[in-house]
Amino acid sequence: MVTCTIDGIEIDVPKGTLIIRAAEQAGIMIPRFCDHPLLKPVAACRQCLVDVASPFGPEGKLRPFPKPQPACAIEVTPGMVVGTQMTSAAAKEAQEQVAELVLINHPLDCPVCDKGGECPLQNQAMSTGRPVSRFVDKKNTFPKPLSLTPQILLDRERCVLCQRCTRFALQIPGDPFIALQMRGANQQIGTFDADVLGVAPVAGEAADESTGDVPAVCGEPFAGYFAGNIVQICPVGALTSAAYRFRARPFDLVSTASVAEHDANCSAIRIDYRRGVVLRRQAGDDPTLNQEWISDKDRFGFRWQTAPDRLDKPLVRRDGELVEVSWPVAIAAAAEILGQAKTTAVLPGGRLTLEDAYAYGVFARRVLGTDNVDFRARVSSAEEAQFLAHHVAGSGAGVSLEELIAAPSVVLAGFEPEEEGGILYLRLREAGTKVYALAPFASRGVQRLGGKLIRCLPGQEGQWLSELAALGKAGKPELAGSVIVVGERLASSPGAFSNALKAAAALDAKLVWMPRRAGERAALEAGLLPGLRLGGRAAQDGLPMGLDLAGSVAAAAAGEIDTILFGGLEVSDLPDPHLAREAFAKAKVVALGVRRGAVESFADVILPVAPPQEKAGTFINWEGRVRPFPQVLVSTAVSDAKVLARLAEALGKPQPIGSVAAVHQALAELKPGAERAPAPAVAPPPVRPTGAGEAILSTWRMQVDCAAGLDYEPYLAASAPAPLVRMSSELARELGVKDSDPVAVSTKRGQIVLPCKVEATAAANLIHLPAKSPGSWVLETLGVTSGAVVQLAALKEVGQ
Amino acid sequence: MSKKQKPLVADRKEKGFIGVGLAPWAGFGVTLRTFFEKPVTEQYPFRGKFPPPFPRYHGRHQLNRYPDGLEKCVGCELCAWACPADAIFVEAGANTPDAQYSAGERYGRVYQINYLRCVFCGMCIEACPTRALTMTTNYELAAPNREQMIYTKDQLLAPMEQGMLAAPHPMRQDATTADYYSGQVQGPSPEQVEWVRTNRPEDPSLSGAERGAVR
Repeated sequence: MVTCTIDGIEIDVPKGTLIIRAAEQAGIMIPRFCDHPLLKPVAACRQCLVDVASPFGPEGKLRPFPKPQPACAIEVTPGMVVGTQMTSAAAKEAQEQVAELVLINHPLDCPVCDKGGECPLQNQAMSTGRPVSRFVDKKNTFPKPLSLTPQILLDRERCVLCQRCTRFALQIPGDPFIALQMRGANQQIGTFDADVLGVAPVAGEAADESTGDVPAVCGEPFAGYFAGNIVQICPVGALTSAAYRFRARPFDLVSTASVAEHDANCSAIRIDYRRGVVLRRQAGDDPTLNQEWISDKDRFGFRWQTAPDRLDKPLVRRDGELVEVSWPVAIAAAAEILGQAKTTAVLPGGRLTLEDAYAYGVFARRVLGTDNVDFRARVSSAEEAQFLAHHVAGSGAGVSLEELIAAPSVVLAGFEPEEEGGILYLRLREAGTKVYALAPFASRGVQRLGGKLIRCLPGQEGQWLSELAALGKAGKPELAGSVIVVGERLASSPGAFSNALKAAAALDAKLVWMPRRAGERAALEAGLLPGLRLGGRAAQDGLPMGLDLAGSVAAAAAGEIDTILFGGLEVSDLPDPHLAREAFAKAKVVALGVRRGAVESFADVILPVAPPQEKAGTFINWEGRVRPFPQVLVSTAVSDAKVLARLAEALGKPQPIGSVAAVHQALAELKPGAERAPAPAVAPPPVRPTGAGEAILSTWRMQVDCAAGLDYEPYLAASAPAPLVRMSSELARELGVKDSDPVAVSTKRGQIVLPCKVEATAAANLIHLPAKSPGSWVLETLGVTSGAVVQLAALKEVGQ
Repeated sequence: MSKKQKPLVADRKEKGFIGVGLAPWAGFGVTLRTFFEKPVTEQYPFRGKFPPPFPRYHGRHQLNRYPDGLEKCVGCELCAWACPADAIFVEAGANTPDAQYSAGERYGRVYQINYLRCVFCGMCIEACPTRALTMTTNYELAAPNREQMIYTKDQLLAPMEQGMLAAPHPMRQDATTADYYSGQVQGPSPEQVEWVRTNRPEDPSLSGAERGAVR
C-alpha cells in the first residue's frame, strides 16, 4: 500500500494506483475525457491536470512538479501530495484552460446531439469550464456524419480527440480500423481513407471503384462485433449509432438493468425505454462477467421483440386459415388437440428462461405424460445428451469466467471464440490467456487471441482428444491443469464429448460445455432431455425413455407422433429443416411463440407469449451462474410458463408452474447428491477420404448473421462481415481460384455460391461456410453439417 | 405609516326618518339608470368582437418557419424538458435528402402540446434554442373532448407566409445551419423552388415562392 495526500485527505491505495483512481477513492472527482478504467492510460485530453509534489532526495523534501500533471497517467508514490482543482489554483486554472481549448472546435449543437443530457463534456464544461466563451473565430467543421460502419456514425467536429474509441478498438477486441489521422488542428479520427491520408493505393491492388472497398493490404473498413461499445464510451457526442440517432433524449428514458438474451454469457445490460418502447440497450457493469462491454448483437438486437409479426392475440386454424380468437377459445382448442393426442413430442427450443423450461418439463411429463422432450433446436446427438446428463446438468456453478481466463491454458474444441463466444472473446483477449484452438483453421478470432492452432478436420476432434487422453499430463505438460471448452457444435463430431471427458480426467483439466443460446443451460437444469429430470436427476417416474429432437421429428414424419408442442425455435436451425417441415405439416402442432415466424405455416394453434423484456425470469449462463432479470416493460403478454399452467388447467391436471416463486420453491427443495448418468463412450470415426472436387465441410454460426433475434435491425445486419467460402490453398489451387472468385459448394440437395477466401492455415481438403449468413444457409440448402463431404466447383461468374 | 388610516366605514351623517324609510329602494336607482345605457354584454363568439388581449399575452403556441419555409424546430425536446406541467411531447427524426423538414440533420417528427396541462408559463419559449416555439395571443382554446385539446404539429405550425416554400425541401445550397440561425436566409432560392417543382409539382406554395425567390 502507498500513502499519499490528495487535497489534504490522506489515503492508502495499492501500489500502481493512478492519481485519478486514488482521488475517486478519496471522494474527489477530477474531470477527464480520455481516462477509462478498462483502457490503458494515454493522457491525451489533458483535462485531468493536477498539481503534484513528491518527496525528493535523502531528506525527502517535498518537491513540486514544475507544471500541472495529468492525474490519469501518473501513479501514486509514497508521500505524494496532490492538489486538485478543489484546492490548487494552478490545477483549477490549467483545467479551465484545457476546457476552453477543447471547446474551441466543439460545436455548441447540444440541442441536436444524442449525447446532450448525458455528456461528460457538457457536465465538465459546466463544472470546470469558463462561464463565457472567448472564442470568436470560425470553428472547424467536417462533413457529417462519417459512417464508420453502417451502424456507427462519426461526427468529427464534435470529437475532442481523447482516443477512447481507437484505444478500445486496439486494446479490447483488437480491431484497429480507426485511428488518429493528420496533425495539428486538422487532426481527426477516421477509417482508412486515401483522401485524408494522401496515400495512393498500392500499385496492382487498385481499390474496387464500384463498392468503394479498399484493398486489404492498405486497410479495412472499421468492422467488428463490439463496435457499439465505442458509442457508449465516447465522452462527447462524436460517435452515435444509426439505430438510436435522434430517437430520444436521455431525460426521456427509463433505464432498467437486465440480462442479454442473445448468447450464453447472459451479459449485464441496461435497457432504456421511452413510453413503453425500448430505444436502446447499453452495457451494464458486471466486473466479473462482461465488465462494461457487450457485443453488438446484445446491444442492437432488440427489435425482434416488437417486430411487425409479433403476436398479440392467439391464433387458431379454421378451414386452413389462422384466425384470431380470444384466449379462452384458443386454450380450449389447444387443450382439445393435446387431450386427443396419442403420442406427443415437446420441442421447447433453447431460448427459454429457467422458469419456462421448468414449466415445459412438468407439462410434458405430468400433464402430457411423455418423455419426448428435447430443448436442442440444432444439430445434436445422443452422445451429447448423455454427456450433458453426466457432466453438466445439475452441476451448479462450475468453472467461472474469471477462472477460465486465469487458467494456465485453455483448449477450445468445437468453439470459435469470437463468432460463438461473444464477450468471452474479449475477456480471453484482455487476460492474454494461452489459447489452443482445436479447429480446422486459425480463424480471425483465434489469431487475434494469439492462439495456437491444433489443426483438426471437423469430425476428427474425438480422435485428437482420445490421443490427448492417452498422452496424459506427462505427454502434454503444457495442457496440464488447463480448461477444455467444448462447444455445442461438437455434437456433430462423434466421440468428441466422450473423449473430452477422458482427456480432461487425464490432464487434470476442467471441462466446460459452451452452449450458444442463452436458454440452453437453464433448459438442461430443468431436465428438458429424454430421461433427464430437474437438476440433472435421472428419470424415476416410470415414464418410458423418450425420443430426442431428431427422433421426434423422424417419428412425426413417419406418423408415429401425431401432436407436437412447439416452443420458440426456428425450423431452419433443425438438423434437417425439410424433413422437419414435412413432419410438422403432418402432425397437429400447438405452438407457443413471440412472433408468427415460420410456425404460421403449419401450427394449428399459436399462443402468444412474452419476449424477455416483457417478463421476469432467470437465465443460467454457461458458467452455471444464475442471471435473474426483471420485467422491463408493462405488458399484457404472459410467459410460456403461465400459458402452460392454463393449458394444464384446461386439461384437468393443474400444476404449480405459473409463477417464478413456485419454480424456485421446487428448485430449492431439490436434495443434493443424486446419482449421475454414466459417461458416454463413443469411439471417434475414421478419417473420411475425399476425392477430386470434394472437400470436408466445416461450418459454424457467425456472431451477426440471419438469426431471428437480429431481425429488423438493418444497420447491424449491414455491418456483418461478408460471408465467404474459406478453403485451403491446396483446394484453391486445385480449383484454380483466388480470393473473391465465386465458388459453388453443393450436395445432392442444393448449392451455395459465395466468394472464395484462401485460409493459409486450413487443412488440405477443408472448406468452411458460415452456417446461417445471407446466401449461406447450410442446413437449409445443403442439408448437411460439419464433417460432411461436399462437392466444389469454381464459377467464373456468380450466378452461372 | 405616515397618513392616518381611513376608517372602513365613512363617517356619515345619521339618516333621518325619510332617509331610513327609502333606503331599501335606493339601490333600484342603479337599475333604473342602466335602463338607459348601452349594454356591455358581448355575444362572443356569435356576435361582436372581444377586445384583443395585450400584445404579450401568453396564448396558444406556434412553431415557426424560416423565410424559405423550412421548420425551425430541431426536435431537441428542451421545451418538453423545461415544461413544468409535462404538457409537451416531442419525438425527433432525421432529415434525409428526400425529406428535409428543418435546417440541419434533425427535425421534430412528432410535436404535441396538451392544452389541458399547459399553464402558459412560457418556460418552453425560453428554452427553445432556435426560436422555433413562440406564443401567439390566441386564447381560443376549447374543445368538446380531451383528444382535441392535444394540439399536434400540423395545428401548431405557423401558417405559410407570402413567399415561403412548403417543407420538405433541401436547405439553401449556399447556407449553413449557422446562416439559418443568424437570419441570413431571406427566402427560398430558385434551386429550392426547382426542387419542389420537380418533386411536388402540385404544391400550392410554389406560385408564391417563385415570385419571392431570393438569389
